[in-house]
Amino acid sequence: MFNKILIANRGEIACRVIKTARKMGISTVAVYSDADKNALHVEMADEAVHIGPPPANQSYIVIDKIMDAIRQTGAQAVHPGYGFLSENPKFAEALEAEGVAFVGPPVKAIEAMGDKITSKKIAQDAGVSTVPGYMGLIEDADEAVKISGEIGYPVMIKASAGGGGKGMRIAWNEQEAREGFESSKNEAANSFGDDRIFIEKFVTQPRHIEIQVLCDAHGNGIYLGERECSIQRRNQKVVEEAPSPFLDEATRKAMGEQAVALAKAVGYASAGTVEFIVDGSKNFYFLEMNTRLQVEHPVTELITGIDLVEQMIRVAGGEPLSITQDDVKLTGWAIENRLYAEDPYRNFLPSIGRLSRYRPPVEQAAGPLLVNGKWQGDAPAGDTAVRNDTGVYEGGEISMYYDPMIAKLCTWAPTRSEAIEAMRVALDSFEVEGIGHNLPFLSAVMDHPKFVSGDMTTAFIAEEYPEGFDGVTLPELDLRRIAASAAAMHRVAEIRRSRVSGRMDNHERHVGENWVVSLQGEDFAVSIKADPEGSTVSFEDGSKHRVASDWTPGDQLAMITVDGETLVLKVGEITQGFRVRSRGADLKVHVRSPRQAELAKLMPEKLPPDTSKLLLCPMPGLIVKVNVEVGEEVQEGQALCTVEAMKMENILRAERKGVVSKVNAAPGDSLAVDDVIMEFE
Amino acid sequence: MKDILSELEERREAARLGGGQKRIDAQHARGKLTARERIDLLLDDGSFEEFDMFVSHRCTDFGMQDQRPYGDGVVTGWGTINGRMVYVFSQDFTVFGGSLSETHAQKICKIMDMAVQNGAPVIGINDSGGARIQEGVASLAGYADVFQRNIMASGVVPQISVIMGPCAGGAVYSPAMTDFIFMVKDSSYMFVTGPDVVKTVTNEVVTAEELGGASTHTRKSSVADGAFENDVEALSEIRRLVDFLPLNNREKPPVRPFFDEPGRVEHSLDTLVPENANTPYDMKELILKVADEADFYEIQADYAKNIITGFIRLEGQTVGVVANQPMVLAGCLDIDSSRKAARFVRFCDCFEIPILTFVDVPGFLPGTSQEYGGVIKHGAKLLFAYGEATVPKVTVITRKAYGGAYDVMASKHLRGDFNYAWPTAEIAVMGAKGATEILYRSELGDPEKIAARTKDYEDRFANPFVAAERGFIDEVIQPRSTRRRVSRAFASLRNKQLSNPWKKHDNIPL
Repeated sequence: MFNKILIANRGEIACRVIKTARKMGISTVAVYSDADKNALHVEMADEAVHIGPPPANQSYIVIDKIMDAIRQTGAQAVHPGYGFLSENPKFAEALEAEGVAFVGPPVKAIEAMGDKITSKKIAQDAGVSTVPGYMGLIEDADEAVKISGEIGYPVMIKASAGGGGKGMRIAWNEQEAREGFESSKNEAANSFGDDRIFIEKFVTQPRHIEIQVLCDAHGNGIYLGERECSIQRRNQKVVEEAPSPFLDEATRKAMGEQAVALAKAVGYASAGTVEFIVDGSKNFYFLEMNTRLQVEHPVTELITGIDLVEQMIRVAGGEPLSITQDDVKLTGWAIENRLYAEDPYRNFLPSIGRLSRYRPPVEQAAGPLLVNGKWQGDAPAGDTAVRNDTGVYEGGEISMYYDPMIAKLCTWAPTRSEAIEAMRVALDSFEVEGIGHNLPFLSAVMDHPKFVSGDMTTAFIAEEYPEGFDGVTLPELDLRRIAASAAAMHRVAEIRRSRVSGRMDNHERHVGENWVVSLQGEDFAVSIKADPEGSTVSFEDGSKHRVASDWTPGDQLAMITVDGETLVLKVGEITQGFRVRSRGADLKVHVRSPRQAELAKLMPEKLPPDTSKLLLCPMPGLIVKVNVEVGEEVQEGQALCTVEAMKMENILRAERKGVVSKVNAAPGDSLAVDDVIMEFE
Repeated sequence: MKDILSELEERREAARLGGGQKRIDAQHARGKLTARERIDLLLDDGSFEEFDMFVSHRCTDFGMQDQRPYGDGVVTGWGTINGRMVYVFSQDFTVFGGSLSETHAQKICKIMDMAVQNGAPVIGINDSGGARIQEGVASLAGYADVFQRNIMASGVVPQISVIMGPCAGGAVYSPAMTDFIFMVKDSSYMFVTGPDVVKTVTNEVVTAEELGGASTHTRKSSVADGAFENDVEALSEIRRLVDFLPLNNREKPPVRPFFDEPGRVEHSLDTLVPENANTPYDMKELILKVADEADFYEIQADYAKNIITGFIRLEGQTVGVVANQPMVLAGCLDIDSSRKAARFVRFCDCFEIPILTFVDVPGFLPGTSQEYGGVIKHGAKLLFAYGEATVPKVTVITRKAYGGAYDVMASKHLRGDFNYAWPTAEIAVMGAKGATEILYRSELGDPEKIAARTKDYEDRFANPFVAAERGFIDEVIQPRSTRRRVSRAFASLRNKQLSNPWKKHDNIPL
């Protein structure tokens, strides 16, 4: 086995690989750009090599720089993680030439699976079910229409070199096929410099389900079940789980066997993922094969107890697989939620900045991982597992240069519903401040009836949140539980306030039992009876809730047992109450004495200031271009200026017709969120 | 007998109605509470003891003898806030528009005299149309009587003014001399002369809100120390403030039970100061992470944001915090920030509140507007305030402490008790670039040489150790242990005794 391994990646995946390497007694080398000088993976690794400026194309994906780092440190193997150089055959070749092991499949397999058309041909030859379609070169629109007719509508027209939805069109009839072909071709030529197009059957009610395969260099190959990754936003996976709530044992087996057949057909030797699209009748079709460790691999590890990174390293070291297909048992259910530094209330725009607070839930081992390889040496065992793969820490900086994913939170439990409930609690316990993030959105998905029932397609987010995400409205029972908790917490806080020094003896303040809790537009009059074990909070309609917690004033996380169930609240102080965040909701909860509540009712409702005549900067960023001048009349949708953030150029457009009255920013200005860029008459 | 008792109740009922239900409704319609409702919210339930409920005016001009409502437009008395005694007056806009008469003023003076004698804060709730014109000079005399008492009470008991309606003309000078002024957004204003007079005299057209609303006084004039959305919120926040303040100048600041480990380590503070010396960071994060339970009561949050002032607690005890804010004007000192911080430091010193200073200051803001505005004397106010303060003083330099501003910001030389520096601190006459350009003027034409000189200067002086060698810094501490170090420092200073030479009073450069 290797003595030293270099991880040609950053962030959570680099940390993830280091953990396993350490467990195996292999020393680790991290590489880092200027922006990652203080990153977690650098701190965790035994050695670290600086490889250049922040942009990845000047550091993490420059093969020569990685090769230099290898020579400098004498690393015998390289784990590429995902992204960056992980599926770059040139990198694998360069390593081979240097005699350094690549912790991944052979170059040929990478190449074969790297091209959509080639991979589909190989898959067909290997007996893998593929989407009906035409894979030859299509000359012109007429031919495209003819082929589409043969396949049967709806069809999907795709660029061969495409990805991420670019150069992709769906056609439901001849005219759309003709138009779609032309526009895909143009887009493909412009975006990829490769205008080859293919047409295939468009799958309805599609689910994205993928099979994890594991092969060695000795001709052995197994599959480790599937992962359901249908919850995606613009082809970016958000929630994954294993197993899929949709598959039956027969389909799983069929898909698994085909996936292994494909892997064997290309001489695969490592962990890999075969992605399928599955329609509403459980017909599955091959999509592509990812010749690397997948982001969402932890859910497979949690239900199988197999450390995929360890297996990859062993295979790369020439060891045969020690596991046979019969050894693979899928136990329980695992769910992964990806935490992105994206502001869900601002249409998921990337958010950067300092993590002034970052406290993931406590990791906890359980299930197969506890038996076959405990994840965290000191984690307590429980009925549910909580695992958080992360590459950031409190006080760290989220920069604009890399992927906005900052953590992968996973839970495992014997059943799906228990795993979902564990995830809800884990999300509520996850404290992230300083940047915008998608925790509220993830909480909302975990409570969505369609997700809960397992009835979802890849269109879930687009269909269920067509206008974006604007928060959660909690059901009555949740509101009452939060109200009861807030009342109990407020009473504790008030009693503490009444114990300040300098009081008049014998004339102390008596903290009352009756309170009015206002939240989400509702008022609840409650009365609290406290005893040594907790409080009983009675509502006017006679209902009672039992609240127990060891919360003390100032705690930003309240772990509360309400009616025997766990409720976790993120708590901040506001005047006469708390800001409470839980289950995706962000509430102002006022707790007032009856007299305070009566008088508060007399206070006028104040509307937020009108910003409709302002163009506000939607994210922190740099103004790169201002397209309009003062006095200019702009039309709805007209580009006003360009803000660069996270390497992305965001064009801000006029929401309505108007005349520019003032421009406050010039190219080169660095703006904060909500800074006024321009004003309209 | 029963009749006599019930007559008292009837009279009380009448007094409580103030100017009558119609005017109470009108007050509510303006989004304002009545004088008594405000007292209900300010004080602990049932703790209010009223004085002079049946006082009425003695004016006989302009038909005033026919209208003599009880209370005469102000409700006065005492009560408790979380069990601690305070005196309060609350002007009643429903009675003659809350206008101040001779008797109205006498009521206020009575409770102020008692407050000074008994050592408890005075909270004034202002909602008054101004002088009672019918009473003429008697009303003016009343104002002056209140002014004189404000002056005498200053530094003896905390005085807090809450402006919850109009406060115009001579009336403004009573709040002006109290320790804190808070306003309610959209329903309060303060000015010496109103929009009508302004228009006549200067031809300026301005609304009352623009001239003296909460936004004007919290952002532009700095007359007000804070503003709140409405009456309910304002009074609740005043209660929160009072919890920080001692009752008088003979008492130590209050202590309340706390649920935060004094030794709490905050690893994230190790990365608070960015690598690049020109990159700003938010000093508030440091304040919140050092404070008990992240509880910070900021004073003048919207004014001169390049310096932060406010109250926190350490081990349950009140501490005043002054901190440069690198996010605004790089945290430099200027006229506004010096005045803001000087007044805050003097308040703390009056009332034995220890002072914690966080320093990241590149110097004083240069420019004609600053010099013409008298930055010399205004800057001196802060210097003076720190130098004369005898309360425990603990200072932490996080990054820059350059030039005269280093001296000003509670340096060791101004009788600082504990002066700590983070390893990232740079205590120097000025930044490396500026210093090199002066020291090596002849080499200015050669950028390479200058760069090398700058680097030399940085290596030698851009650190806390030159100052530490001389004992100007007591110790260089890890950022993550700031809370523990600072808490222990203040704990060791609980019995500090230091007094200035006897003087009638000092002559601070006003």
